[in-house]
Amino acid sequence: MHGIGNYFIFLGNLFIKREAFRTYVKQILDECIKVGIGSLVIVGIVSTFIGAVTCVQTAFNLVSPLIPRYVISLVVRDMTLLELAPTITAIVFAGKVGSNIAGELGTMKISEQVDALEVMGINSVSFLALPKIIACLMMYPLLVILAGFLAITGGYVAGTLTGVITPQDYIYGIRADFQEFNVIFALIKSFVFAFLIASISSYKGYFTKGGALEVGQSSTSAVTNSCIAILVADYLLAQLLL
Amino acid sequence: MIEFRNIKKSFNDKTVLHGIDGVFRSGRTNLIIGTSGTGKSVLLKCMVGLLEPDEGEVLFNGRDFTHATRNVRREIRRDIGMLFQGSALFDSKNVEQNVMFPLDILTDMSKEDKLERANFVLQRVGLENINKKMPSEISGGMKKRVGIARAIVNNSKYLFCDEPNSGLDPMTAILIDNLIKEITEEFDITTVVVTHDMNSVMEIGDDIIYMYQGQKLWEGNSQNILSTRVPELQEFIYSNKLVQALRDEQQNNKI
Ligand SMILES: Nc1ncnc2c1ncn2[C@@H]1O[C@H](COP(=O)(O)OP(=O)(O)OP(=O)(O)O)[C@@H](O)[C@H]1O
Ligand SMILES: [Mg+2]
Repeated sequence: MHGIGNYFIFLGNLFIKREAFRTYVKQILDECIKVGIGSLVIVGIVSTFIGAVTCVQTAFNLVSPLIPRYVISLVVRDMTLLELAPTITAIVFAGKVGSNIAGELGTMKISEQVDALEVMGINSVSFLALPKIIACLMMYPLLVILAGFLAITGGYVAGTLTGVITPQDYIYGIRADFQEFNVIFALIKSFVFAFLIASISSYKGYFTKGGALEVGQSSTSAVTNSCIAILVADYLLAQLLL
Repeated sequence: MIEFRNIKKSFNDKTVLHGIDGVFRSGRTNLIIGTSGTGKSVLLKCMVGLLEPDEGEVLFNGRDFTHATRNVRREIRRDIGMLFQGSALFDSKNVEQNVMFPLDILTDMSKEDKLERANFVLQRVGLENINKKMPSEISGGMKKRVGIARAIVNNSKYLFCDEPNSGLDPMTAILIDNLIKEITEEFDITTVVVTHDMNSVMEIGDDIIYMYQGQKLWEGNSQNILSTRVPELQEFIYSNKLVQALRDEQQNNKI
């Protein structure tokens, strides 16, 4: 509870008395490259395989001959958009980017680099955390779109190669009964998750005390806390919006 | 000039500073000395505003810093440079970017002017041709020099150093100490150095405060410190064999 209160104070500090916006532009671009390009490979691999697995397992479960085969790809599509692309990618993202943010800020904290900023009169909270949060908000939705595309492609490749579904049925299925809101929902989720991961990890990193050991602990707790927050937010958003 | 009055600071229920006063003048190297854990670093942090004192105030050229508004603090902080114990260079920036950083943030200078100024201070601290090196690629002594360059690049009027020569060999330590003293005199800076190194005390101590368990026990300079009558300070001084020898020699000369 105490931690949650401090977290909100931390969020408040992000926006009061920040530096002029121009000081952030270059930092945000640097962070975007680090966050976005750096996560491409892992997000790509994870989402492709998850799409493939979903397709094969759905086919395995649909034993009744009464159900048309195109339902398989319909299920792959809806699961991808509703859950797999935004949420599973968020867990991966928390492991990759969240731990990185907490480690970086934690190291800056214990090596007095944060103090050096403060002595110069810079609001170190916003100076360090805001570019990371903005970069995550910009890049994570793009990663989710990519993940969704790759998951559906992965399902197609796995489904047609194993022969559980014909290419025609697959294409028909992913277009059948399509609801646009699911895409919007996925994007809303991705913004929320990106904010949670970046801010929680910054918070955990920024309040590191001690030495190298504690930096490692901060990284770990950034990832675990981000994952919990993602799952809670996932449930709340589903209740609110679906 | 820096004045501080009745600075008190406690953590939880442990009192670290019991009300400390003092004045540091410009163009002079002011030393805060004392054994480990007496609150030297806490006092320094209270002065630059990294910690808030529970009581008392710090004045920079007569302006109250401790109770100042955010904007006044910001203004005063423009004139403050600090050299940290571990140098605290930004890992992700190279030497040149580190030194230019305060100018980037605090001034509207053009890129060329900033570069020129950065090169000037780097040259002043005796570093050339390492502009593009990363902090991880240079030695501890060089890091301290870069830290000093960064601290004075924006024409700071006040320079704070927390144990500037910890982790350095005796020769490099003296070089860094002398560099701090030279810069202090050359640019008329009010310099505050925290140290527990008797070599620095004898080498650069214009004005010295001796702290013991959160209190100021003694005040003086490097000329009269060896003849102190304060037992705690005597113990502190003569724990060093070299200084013992120095005292014995002085006494022999008198006889
Ligand atoms: N942030 C803090 N929270 C709690 N206690 C602290 C904090 N900072 C310092 N202290 C305590 O204050 C006391 C004085 O610490 P300080 O770092 O000022 O010592 P020092 O004189 O600088 O010693 P050294 O020469 O070893 O650096 C120590 O007992 C330390 O435990
Ligand atoms: Mg100290």
